Amino acid sequence: MTRIFIPKDVAALAIGADKVAKKIAEIAAARRLDVTVVRTGSRGMFFLEPLVEVETAAGRIGYGPVAPADVPALFDADFLNGGAHSLRIGRPEDHPYLARQTRLTFARCGITDPLSLVDYAELGGWRGLKRAIEMGPPAIVNEVTQSGLRGRGGAGFPTGIKWKTVADTQADRKYVVCNADEGDSGTFADRMVMEGDPFMLIEGMTIAAIAVGATKGFVYCRSEYPHAIRTFNEALRLARCGGWLGPDVAGSKHSFDIELRVGAGAYVCGEETALLDSLEGKRGIVRAKPPLPAHKGLFQRPTVVNNVLSFAAVPFILAEGGKAYADFGMGRSRGTMPIQIAGNVRYGGLFETAFGLTLGEIVNDIGGGTLSGRPVRAVQCGGPLGAYFPPSLFDTPFDYEAFTARDGLIGHGGVVVFDDTVDMAQMARFAMEFCAIESCGKCTPCRIGAVRGKEVIERIMLGTNVDANITLLEDLCQTMKFGSLCALGGFVPYPVMSALRHYPEDFRPRAAAVAAE
Amino acid sequence: MPNMAVFDEARAQEIIAEHIGLEGPLLPILHAFNEEFGYVDDAAVPLIAQALNITRAEVHGVLTFYHDFRRVPAGRHMLKICRAEACQSRGSEDVARRCLSELGVDWHQTTRDGELTVEPVYCLGLCASGPAALLDDEPLGQLDPKKLAGAVEEVCGS
Ligand SMILES: Cc1cc2nc3c(=O)[nH]c(=O)nc-3n(C[C@H](O)[C@H](O)[C@H](O)COP(=O)(O)O)c2cc1C
Ligand code: SF4
Ligand code: FES
Repeated sequence: MTRIFIPKDVAALAIGADKVAKKIAEIAAARRLDVTVVRTGSRGMFFLEPLVEVETAAGRIGYGPVAPADVPALFDADFLNGGAHSLRIGRPEDHPYLARQTRLTFARCGITDPLSLVDYAELGGWRGLKRAIEMGPPAIVNEVTQSGLRGRGGAGFPTGIKWKTVADTQADRKYVVCNADEGDSGTFADRMVMEGDPFMLIEGMTIAAIAVGATKGFVYCRSEYPHAIRTFNEALRLARCGGWLGPDVAGSKHSFDIELRVGAGAYVCGEETALLDSLEGKRGIVRAKPPLPAHKGLFQRPTVVNNVLSFAAVPFILAEGGKAYADFGMGRSRGTMPIQIAGNVRYGGLFETAFGLTLGEIVNDIGGGTLSGRPVRAVQCGGPLGAYFPPSLFDTPFDYEAFTARDGLIGHGGVVVFDDTVDMAQMARFAMEFCAIESCGKCTPCRIGAVRGKEVIERIMLGTNVDANITLLEDLCQTMKFGSLCALGGFVPYPVMSALRHYPEDFRPRAAAVAAE
Repeated sequence: MPNMAVFDEARAQEIIAEHIGLEGPLLPILHAFNEEFGYVDDAAVPLIAQALNITRAEVHGVLTFYHDFRRVPAGRHMLKICRAEACQSRGSEDVARRCLSELGVDWHQTTRDGELTVEPVYCLGLCASGPAALLDDEPLGQLDPKKLAGAVEEVCGS
């Protein structure tokens, strides 16, 4: 029997993975070949999807991107034995895109059947949890603190400190909440974990629960991810059956269970306190801090809120030790970051690597420049509230502090590439419009300011009183930056101001046209 | 997602009863209504308020806060086209414009035959494979106007 691996990650499905799988099964049946198709997560090389891998004597051999029409030729080329074909990429792990990565969190994704407990355990799963149960809460918190892990959801807050605060707070009940709202354009790593290696997230949350003494966990996943929701719910069911969740987690004295909840299309519910209100069944309005969620979170109980990737890093940290994780990275940015290379880019995908690569390396060397083949003009890092970087800033290292120093942010690790056809005034307008649509409405600078900001940029785009309106826009950005309660209103000035600063010509099209004459 | 039921109170009470034991049951209940009927009927609001012992205003406030909850029935099929930055960089706005004009609708509207509702969405996690959309539960990537029109036709008939 030959095993064939085909991703069922939604990014592979969106470009025909199911049709390819069906075609392969049909032809194998017609030719009476003994094959089993295993559906996996994605390796994260989306430019090669649908990527079909075959188990051969020489290891797994990949072919991609495969269209249904390529399938007969693959059989003719004896791909079941790794035969030569123009789509053959060799062993995926030798492909430069993967070979250059350091995969700690995404070690299994794309390799295993995401819903196989056997696969998970065989490739190192549950080792972190077992060690955590042995060492007990204070030592777990210590290990996570030592790892230097900082929250991967955006703010980069040290995870160990957050856990210690919750562990030290007394209460009748505590919660662990996973933020899987992943609202940033250009990001998909949380989704890939939930679809491609869901037990890792369950393991990470369970370790957190033991560390802080929580008995109930919630995963708040955005409704835009129906496939992740289905897979993760099934993973929860299997984990319960396997004794990994429930009254005696992995045979220990700890009780913990997780429930998946679905958001309802509000970006602001990615903000942790709005998320908690939403879980409680309220409007997703940002809460003033203090109190911190670590003291008074869900239903006023001490609550750990972490991003999917933060929890997903924890099993490795517990299995291999905090130091092994901290050995990667630079400065105060320790460990690895799953960078998501997206937009108009030739080699888009997930690239997990130690902090410290420069933005230029990410976009040009790894991403291969634009998909359109035109020059790169702008790169937005860190989602819709992140700054636009021009190529002149491509020497910026991927590191929390280095990005902050250049008025940017890493956020959740999204890198969105634009070619030279982009209109940066239009992108600035969009940032304001998005903020206006998604504002929770609590503070005036955000609720009203975003609407005004959009209008002002529209006037600038029409060439009306450009100088006066640019001054007005800068003022407005200052007001929003300092008068907003959360980063939605507070950070939207980053994309707007960076567009204005680095691409002034786009805000003065008429002046530029006159000058050119 | 297709074949929406008409609102009926007995079924509504069942849905509420199924979820009322959850911690923070309101969003799951509203989602269940959206799934079952394609929208949340105004008549559901007092039923939910009573069951959860909160005011109608509170239910109404939540219902109207979230983009997902519909207050009027949707078409038999739902097309969500991504309008976020990564898809924009790959030409999504042009794909969306052409699709809307061919269907003769604007964002949030339903075609006259009641077949298809088109909603904007801000990221589907397909940002390296855009322009992207979700047609009912089917993900679509690397879209161009023709490919999207073909997918719509396949689902809705012509
Ligand atoms: C408007 C807004 C949206 C956010 N969206 C997300 C999100 O989608 N996912 C996420 O993990 N964090 C998001 N955050 C950050 C969270 O508030 C919070 O910092 C994070 O969940 C903490 O987890 P971490 O420490 O593991 O990063 C958002 C913040 C703001 C202000
Ligand atoms: S900045 Fe905007 S989203 Fe954030 S709390 Fe204020 S109104 Fe709400
Ligand atoms: S930006 Fe369109 S799928 Fe993410």
